[in-house]
Amino acid sequence: MPPLTYIDAISRGMWEEMERDPSVFLIGEDIGAYGGAFKATKGFFEHFGPKRVIDSVLSESAIIGAATGAAVAGMRPIVEMQFADFVTSGFNQVVTNAAKIHYRWRIPVPMVIRLPTGGYIHGGPYHSASTEAWFAHVPGLKIVAPSNPADAKGLLKSAVRDNNPVLFYEFKYLYRRIKGEVPGTDVTVPIGKGEVRREGGDLTVLTYGSTVHFSLEAAEKLSKADGIETRVVDLRTLLPLDRDLITESVRATGKVLIVHEDTLTGGVGGEIAALIAEHAFQDLDAPVRRLGALDAPVPFAPTLEAAHLPDTEKIVQALRALALY
Amino acid sequence: MARIEIIMPQMGESITEGTIVRWLKKVGDHVNKDEVLLEISTDKVDSEIPSPAAGTLVEIVTPENGTVPVRTVIAWLETAGAVAGAPLPAAEPLSPSAGPAPAPVPQGRRETPPPAAAGRFYSPLVLSIARTEGIPLTELEPIPGTGEGGRLTKKDLLAHVASRKSAPAAPSVAAAVSAAPGPVALQSVDVPALRAKYPAPAYEILQMSNVMQKMAQHMVQSVQTSPHVAAVHEADMTAVVKHRDENAAEFEKKEGFRLTFTPYIAEAVISAIKKYPLVNSSVEGDKIIRKNFINLGLAVASESGLIVPVIRNAEEKNFTGLARAVNDLALRTRAKKLVPEDIQGGTFTITNYGVFGTLLGMPIINQPQVAILGTGAIRKRPVVIDDAIAIRSIAYLTLAFDHRIIDGALGGMFLEEIVQNLQRRDREWKI
Repeated sequence: MPPLTYIDAISRGMWEEMERDPSVFLIGEDIGAYGGAFKATKGFFEHFGPKRVIDSVLSESAIIGAATGAAVAGMRPIVEMQFADFVTSGFNQVVTNAAKIHYRWRIPVPMVIRLPTGGYIHGGPYHSASTEAWFAHVPGLKIVAPSNPADAKGLLKSAVRDNNPVLFYEFKYLYRRIKGEVPGTDVTVPIGKGEVRREGGDLTVLTYGSTVHFSLEAAEKLSKADGIETRVVDLRTLLPLDRDLITESVRATGKVLIVHEDTLTGGVGGEIAALIAEHAFQDLDAPVRRLGALDAPVPFAPTLEAAHLPDTEKIVQALRALALY
Repeated sequence: MARIEIIMPQMGESITEGTIVRWLKKVGDHVNKDEVLLEISTDKVDSEIPSPAAGTLVEIVTPENGTVPVRTVIAWLETAGAVAGAPLPAAEPLSPSAGPAPAPVPQGRRETPPPAAAGRFYSPLVLSIARTEGIPLTELEPIPGTGEGGRLTKKDLLAHVASRKSAPAAPSVAAAVSAAPGPVALQSVDVPALRAKYPAPAYEILQMSNVMQKMAQHMVQSVQTSPHVAAVHEADMTAVVKHRDENAAEFEKKEGFRLTFTPYIAEAVISAIKKYPLVNSSVEGDKIIRKNFINLGLAVASESGLIVPVIRNAEEKNFTGLARAVNDLALRTRAKKLVPEDIQGGTFTITNYGVFGTLLGMPIINQPQVAILGTGAIRKRPVVIDDAIAIRSIAYLTLAFDHRIIDGALGGMFLEEIVQNLQRRDREWKI
């Protein structure tokens, strides 16, 4: 199979799961004849028909509510949010209904909500938000955030097959920017397991999604310029976090930088830092440091957006400071 | 199942580290509650540490001869029952002693050694490595740091550990031999760097014992702290000798141990301190801390070195009480059963080098005390009394004192008071 882009890998994953399991169906705004805002479902409507590729009303609450009901009834819906930002309109359906139904009535809610997330695309404050931290606080949900085509496909398949509501964060910045080999039909990526993308004995970066790539670039730069070797860990799943890999990676170097493009205050990085403090305190040779977006909405102007979000150079600087500590 | 940590106990407030002398159990061995698990050696006390619970020894973190900061986890015990919450402290205070109890330590996990006295910051990881490698904080202090503000980084410490391991100076215990002469058993060590200079069999290289190293530090520190002045008086011990000879048999029958000269001297000293209490002081800056109690230290030569156990509130004891206390400390010192309180808080010390035949000595003050009495061997001599020559039992008593607060006049008067107490023929030593 030729290498796929990140978004094509997601499409492929959905396609394979729909062919495999007739209970899988899609619902979202403009996903039918139009093929979706980012064309993730291009050709699906023609192939699977209107009963399995549903163009919804423009109401996230209605979409997620309907999908939740379908899941309760035994279907396996894949919901597309046009932008992760818009999930706020369906927030109550996610956190009050989808997340709690199994707890309350022991009825599984096997649904996937796809959330095109993040910045670096000059989308401005209403189309660039990172919303994962809001849901990371909610028991009953799972959250995945793949950084490459293989993981995107593999995690999507795991999400579809999971009996819990899974929030699938897909990074718009990566959609067509990266390509990669993806494994065959039956290969899934387990939810809850991170992966070491680069080995290094001096520093550790814990990250996910778009910033995995900036972190890898930063690690290479630092290796060439300073001879400092950085281990880069792609967390892949944010809920539940891969505690074993996190503590093992702290132990590997003693110095940790957490990077995400979400804002810092109340972000997932804070939870990771707390886990480290709790479970790996004696392995720390430096304070845990975090790098994220400024505590502000993502600006529209490209120069401001660049100033706002983490990038390779900012990660290099943060790692250098940590190495010097 | 529950895992319980065994920690290096704090054997007294000023003790910062301890050395594992011997593990009496191997990994996998079962141990009963209060059964002796290991022997440790700290500043002047060798102690047996009982197991805090019944269980199986699953991990020994610190091997024999390893020195670690107090409160460091040295082993793990697995118990059969589930223990909820707080792990037990490994060693509770060893005995309910009459002396002041050590400061209470909070229960719970205490793996992290206390921060260095000098205030240098160590990261949790650096402390973890130091603990694993058995490096005391005092050894961390001089290692140069390359981190921010000279911080000691993981790499700095690992480099130190590597050099420590590869350094030819690192001694490896070759064999335990009893060094002759002297009662202290010293271990022969193989140190290549020294061996090159001092070839065998002409030279033997011996490891200083823990107690000996502490003694060395303490003696140097004492000489640097206190300007020592010594006064020597001659004591006519005839009355004491006579009293002892007359009462020895009856005393031993009644008390079950031999009557020695030590309680006579102790009694004379206590009585003299009551008259000249400044001798029972310590110095802090320009302040004198005068103690209204007498904790009388008695220097004892033990197998592992010089130890000074203390009779607490000696001023409250009568003659027989003193004799019993002296005997008790002597027995427990030899049996290595001293508890931390036994060697702490002394306010005045007596050292009886006379038992080795020494006639006259110049003892070094046991800090932070300000005076020490040395007693020489008792010998019969011809002396002049009322212009007649008589045969008397004579001993030379030396008072070494800290001239910062005790001048020759006070030192002389105090020592003469001791002499008079020993010489008074009408004195009653109630048995």
